[in-house]
Amino acid sequence: MSDLHAHTVAYVRESMIPEQVAPVTERGAVKWMRENLFNGWLSTILTVLSLLVVFWIVADLGPWLMRSVWDAGSLSECRRIWAEAGQPAGACWGVINDRLHQLLFGFYPPHLYWRPVLALVLMIPALGPILYPWVPRKLIWFSAVYPFLAYFLLWGGSIWLPVTAAMGFVAGGAALVLLRPLGTLPATIAAFVVPVIWWIVAAGPFAAVMTQILPIGIEFVRSDRFGGFLISLVIGVSGISLSLPLGILLALGRQSDMVLIKSVCVIFIEFIRGVPLITLLFTASLLLNYFLPPGTSFDLILRVIIMVTLFAAAYMAEVIRGGLAALPRGQYEAADALGLDYWKAQRLIIMPQALKIAIPGIVNTFIGLFKDTTLVVFIGLLDPIGLSNAIRASSDWQGIYWELFIFIGAVFFVFCFGMSRYSMYLERRLRTDHR
Amino acid sequence: MAVTESGAPPESFRLSMLLYDTRYRSYTIQIFALMMLMLGAAWLIDNTVRNLAALGKDFSFAFLWNVAGYDISQRPIEYDSTMTHGRAAVVGFLNTMILAVMACALATVVGVIAGVLRLSNNWMVARLMTVYVEVFRNIPTLLWILVFGAIMTEAMPAPNAFRGDDPAASMVFFDSVAITNRGVYVPLPEFTRSLGALDLGGVRPSLDAIAFVIVVALSIWANKLVIAHATRVQNATGVRPKTWWKSLLILLGPAILLLWALGFHLTYPELRGFNFQGGIHMRNSLIAMWLGLGIYTGAFIAENVRSGILAISRGQTEAAFALGMQPGKTMRLVILPQAMRVVIPPLISQYLNITKNTSLGLAVGYMDLRSTLGGITINQTGRELEGMMLMMLIYLLISLTISGAMNVYNSRMKLKER
Repeated sequence: MSDLHAHTVAYVRESMIPEQVAPVTERGAVKWMRENLFNGWLSTILTVLSLLVVFWIVADLGPWLMRSVWDAGSLSECRRIWAEAGQPAGACWGVINDRLHQLLFGFYPPHLYWRPVLALVLMIPALGPILYPWVPRKLIWFSAVYPFLAYFLLWGGSIWLPVTAAMGFVAGGAALVLLRPLGTLPATIAAFVVPVIWWIVAAGPFAAVMTQILPIGIEFVRSDRFGGFLISLVIGVSGISLSLPLGILLALGRQSDMVLIKSVCVIFIEFIRGVPLITLLFTASLLLNYFLPPGTSFDLILRVIIMVTLFAAAYMAEVIRGGLAALPRGQYEAADALGLDYWKAQRLIIMPQALKIAIPGIVNTFIGLFKDTTLVVFIGLLDPIGLSNAIRASSDWQGIYWELFIFIGAVFFVFCFGMSRYSMYLERRLRTDHR
Repeated sequence: MAVTESGAPPESFRLSMLLYDTRYRSYTIQIFALMMLMLGAAWLIDNTVRNLAALGKDFSFAFLWNVAGYDISQRPIEYDSTMTHGRAAVVGFLNTMILAVMACALATVVGVIAGVLRLSNNWMVARLMTVYVEVFRNIPTLLWILVFGAIMTEAMPAPNAFRGDDPAASMVFFDSVAITNRGVYVPLPEFTRSLGALDLGGVRPSLDAIAFVIVVALSIWANKLVIAHATRVQNATGVRPKTWWKSLLILLGPAILLLWALGFHLTYPELRGFNFQGGIHMRNSLIAMWLGLGIYTGAFIAENVRSGILAISRGQTEAAFALGMQPGKTMRLVILPQAMRVVIPPLISQYLNITKNTSLGLAVGYMDLRSTLGGITINQTGRELEGMMLMMLIYLLISLTISGAMNVYNSRMKLKER
């Protein structure tokens, strides 16, 4: 049988032929391009259109950037340099070089630039324990001190003003701890009342007396000297850190069973969300004098921070409310079943989950707030955009647009993009479900 | 063990129960809050009254009927500087609404296209759209508005560049649109046999436009009847009659007939003297705001659209394919109706954002509500309190109207769960 077989079959392969390379259309770059760029006529059209757009942008911007001039004191100097080289106009980055300090610090006294820089550097250890879990927990104490330290560094003046303000919080905390044996309620009330009494009654005289006794202080810088990215960061960072707790309170108020609390929160949130931020800023700059006792006036930057905080808090409240609504009802019931009281349930069960759900929205609100700090230009504060107008108004830099816009836009992009990437990291880190 | 109905002795009321008994505590807190609220309000009102008295001002809206004395560059209704502040505010309000509608339309188109393309299999286009979304989302609106304003005034040709036999610049879209550094000139629709305008005391809406809108609305209604009839026939016989040619005829026929009867034609902008004449002049301020708001918000809408489509689970597509549906039908009948439910609410809140962001018009000199009522009028009359209150109220009304519409939509589209 096998004999016969051997004769009837003409050819039997006895060894494997070597593996051949795939056809050129099915491998490497060609395959990738066929699958990702030219799969179908629509895709091909889109690819060609995209290439045209990219080419158009590069062809327009590339040569312009190639002819950059970094070392120039005015636009006419830039033009002279191009004329000497026989080139058409390019990017004149001399303006950034020339006015960098102004764009960063506004009219902050140059010999004191170390103070905002130090405040910014110290922000890194202050934010560390809040943002990343691997930073030592002990640093959280520095985070608590940081706001007062930053105020002292930025504005200067007597050290006793931030110290007395901080002492109010210390007194509140002490009251909470000391009165705890008497019951939660008196302790909580005391924790709110004691600091308020301290700030209203004792803080002013105490700071004045201590300044007399121990005049420690550094040079005071008025708010109208602030400007540039310094002002954006001051307003943005304070607004961000204040609006989250306020937003949580508003969201809880809106979910409350108490009719009055609920309606006050709803009216507040809907009002703030219904009007443009710019009208609130105008209220801060024009109308606040009407609402305060005659003769009082306080710092414009502080007013703006308050308004921006209120504005962002209303949006934050809605975002957090979404997080609360997305939480299954069982979580509330489980907290009740464990016998936790309202605040404990919120702190230990509800909020950690609701905030986790709401992270993208919260960070979007932060990003929006940071971008909205540019609106202060309308009430006369010199933020980067206000300064770009001022720089353009000077005779040296008349008619310079793109370089300033690109610089300001790039800085904002770095901050906002960084925030959104961090939110993605946070979501990944906190993800507990198994996908 | 005997169970009695009134087992617990009736508790006597003690004062401490106001704080510790959950039945009463919420009342205590609310009454306390109410008292604080009223005290706060009284304090604010008292301060305001005293401040107004100290400044020698009263609280009245009579300034709205005084002569405004300033010009507004873009006038959707008749206005000149001898008219009242109230009229100026109305012009500003209309400018706000015109800009808002234009920007919403642009943002929707840009956003939907970018959002869908970002999900495309095409690597190049998806990356390009990602770059667009990230760049526009992470840079402030105000900066974009200023950038587009600068592009219009700095990078566009002056009108006299269009002059001569070999002009440096030329009009686009078959010589109908002129883009200059003084604004964009587009053709103006006009009627030779016009019906005239309706006189409503100061406001003069064109009768031609009204007639056109009525005819279009009627044709849409008639088309709905045709489609309903087709559905009835399909339900009865199982065969759906062809309706596309009827629909086309009903939708387009009457409108074209009306336009022909009225003698519709376009007036093209022409270079006369130092500037373009004829046609509609869209000022740089309007263009900068329109492009700035539209393209900026488009990036946000793109993200909404993308997340809406991604929110529909893959199983829906697979189920539709298993039923034998084609990709086009799957998209139209299965994916989109569900994606819409996710996309529309954030879309409407983006519209709300656009409407509020029109108040940035001041940056490029666009005369919207904030620049007229909240700007020049306040500066001229010194009525900050009244002007700002009125302006906030108007913005609030616009916002509440839009969000009211959204709530109606949400409740209609809500999943009916049983």
